[in-house]
Amino acid sequence: MIPFEYSMGLSAVLFGLGVVGVLVRRNVIVLLMCVELMLNAVNLAFVTVADHLNSVEGLLYVFFVMTVAAAEAAVGLAIVVCLYRARRAVHADEISLLKG
Amino acid sequence: MTFSMADMRLLTPHLVITAAALLVLLAEAVSPGRRKGYLPYLGIAGIVVAAFTTPGLFGPARSGFSGMLAGDAFAAFVYFILYAVGALTLLVSDAYLRDEGRDHAEYYALVLLALVGMMLMAGATHLMSVFLALETMSIAIYALAGFFRDERSAEASFKYFILGAFSSGFLLYGIALLYGACGTTEIQGILDAFASNRALAGSPMALAGVGLVTVGFAFKVAAVPFHMWTPDAYQGAPTSVTAFMATGVKAAAFAAVLRVFFVAFQTLHVDWSGVLWVLALLTMTLGNLTAIAQTDVKRMLAYSSIAHAGYILVGVVAGTPEAGAGILYYLLAYAFMNIGAFACLIMVGRKGHENTELDAFAGLGFKFPALGLAMSLFMFSMAGIPPTAGFIGKFLIFKAAVHQGYYWLTIFGVLNSAASVYYYLRVIVTMYFKPEPDTPVVEGLRAGPSMALATILAGLGVLYFGIVPGGLVDLAEQALRYLV
Repeated sequence: MIPFEYSMGLSAVLFGLGVVGVLVRRNVIVLLMCVELMLNAVNLAFVTVADHLNSVEGLLYVFFVMTVAAAEAAVGLAIVVCLYRARRAVHADEISLLKG
Repeated sequence: MTFSMADMRLLTPHLVITAAALLVLLAEAVSPGRRKGYLPYLGIAGIVVAAFTTPGLFGPARSGFSGMLAGDAFAAFVYFILYAVGALTLLVSDAYLRDEGRDHAEYYALVLLALVGMMLMAGATHLMSVFLALETMSIAIYALAGFFRDERSAEASFKYFILGAFSSGFLLYGIALLYGACGTTEIQGILDAFASNRALAGSPMALAGVGLVTVGFAFKVAAVPFHMWTPDAYQGAPTSVTAFMATGVKAAAFAAVLRVFFVAFQTLHVDWSGVLWVLALLTMTLGNLTAIAQTDVKRMLAYSSIAHAGYILVGVVAGTPEAGAGILYYLLAYAFMNIGAFACLIMVGRKGHENTELDAFAGLGFKFPALGLAMSLFMFSMAGIPPTAGFIGKFLIFKAAVHQGYYWLTIFGVLNSAASVYYYLRVIVTMYFKPEPDTPVVEGLRAGPSMALATILAGLGVLYFGIVPGGLVDLAEQALRYLV
């Protein structure tokens, strides 16, 4: 049996990695992957809490989050394709038409 | 878990609008030839039908779907704000999209589906349904922002998407931590958990949860320092979508903020009000200062929307039903004046050229008197000059803040409001006191009957609720009575 704190700690670390990834990585595909990592860290937290509280709710939420993540990835990749067609760029620093 | 007919009653407006969205998609497929000019009006008809099913929700608070969705006066009030936003957006979009050659059924369907998400957000009484509603709304709007598929639109959409997904990650992690700390994610349940267990308010997990939820919402309402996406997303998106994002998303997000902070985190007011105090001050000040430096009216309105989020945050800090009613009033007033202003921006553009630089407005006040009058009215209202709805909204919020003893925040708010007059009036000055250049930038207006109707409705809303706000304020106060 893995202690509650360990699993929550792991989920916090994964979430932190995702956040840092979004902030420092520049390839838009990697940005998408980092966002997915954040959502999966949340899933781990939900499962851990559900196990800790002996409640089934948290397990249900994981399915919600997975569904939303899939929908988000579908629209996100479509936007990236659209952006690539318009700009021929997948590097976040090159996506800088709008500023000021 | 069983659903009764009483539960379905709470969901009727949402179902009607979803049906309208599907009907719009279907109608395009079966329309003979290329006739699809009626599609936005089909959507508006759906919104009108939904509006007729809504008044039944005013009255004692009910909750359905095992505590996931509320049917109370608060939700109903926000639904009406959202109906106004949705109908005006569809009216404004019609001529604009046809001119740009992008009048596809998907656009109207996405607006309606985003509207359903916004309504669910206003009615959600469970953090998980807040999250699902937020995503329903956001995913539709990511697609809308990129609807023109040119470089700017795609870039706006991408920036909105990445920051939106990033922020929902924060919100969701906050929800997971609150679930761990309180053992529930129902808004009423969280209130009970914090009220019954004093030690919980000091637990790191609960505080981290509250903090992350705050960050998630701060991104959505574009509060400084979580506002970086706003100017780019607002400037690059199709103008009608910008109007929809600035008003609808703001109304829905603040409705959820009110429910979460005024109900679930009620007992923690001392903890979060300090953080939001700083956020409100930063948001107002930075929004206004940056707006002053802009030379593009569309981008200026994006920064001004950040400043307006700051004023509304002052009301959240105050945390009383009085302030909540002021916020509801402000959201409606902001919907009218902002959609009106963006409608004027659409009118000066032509296919492929938005003409939103400030210089393009030179001399337009005399060349197109009706446009000049409308734009001036909306700018006055945003600056908060009586007798417009914008003035009453600011007055109600600042009054509530003073009643709670937030004198300094109110003083900063009023000073900010005074500073904002500069850049709003600059548009009016350019329109009336600068001569038109020898080669006119704007030769004709992109105005059709629907655009004129939308602008007139928005203008009437700004004036009517500015001159006789009483009835609306009473309704807003009634809406808040059942919330807190």
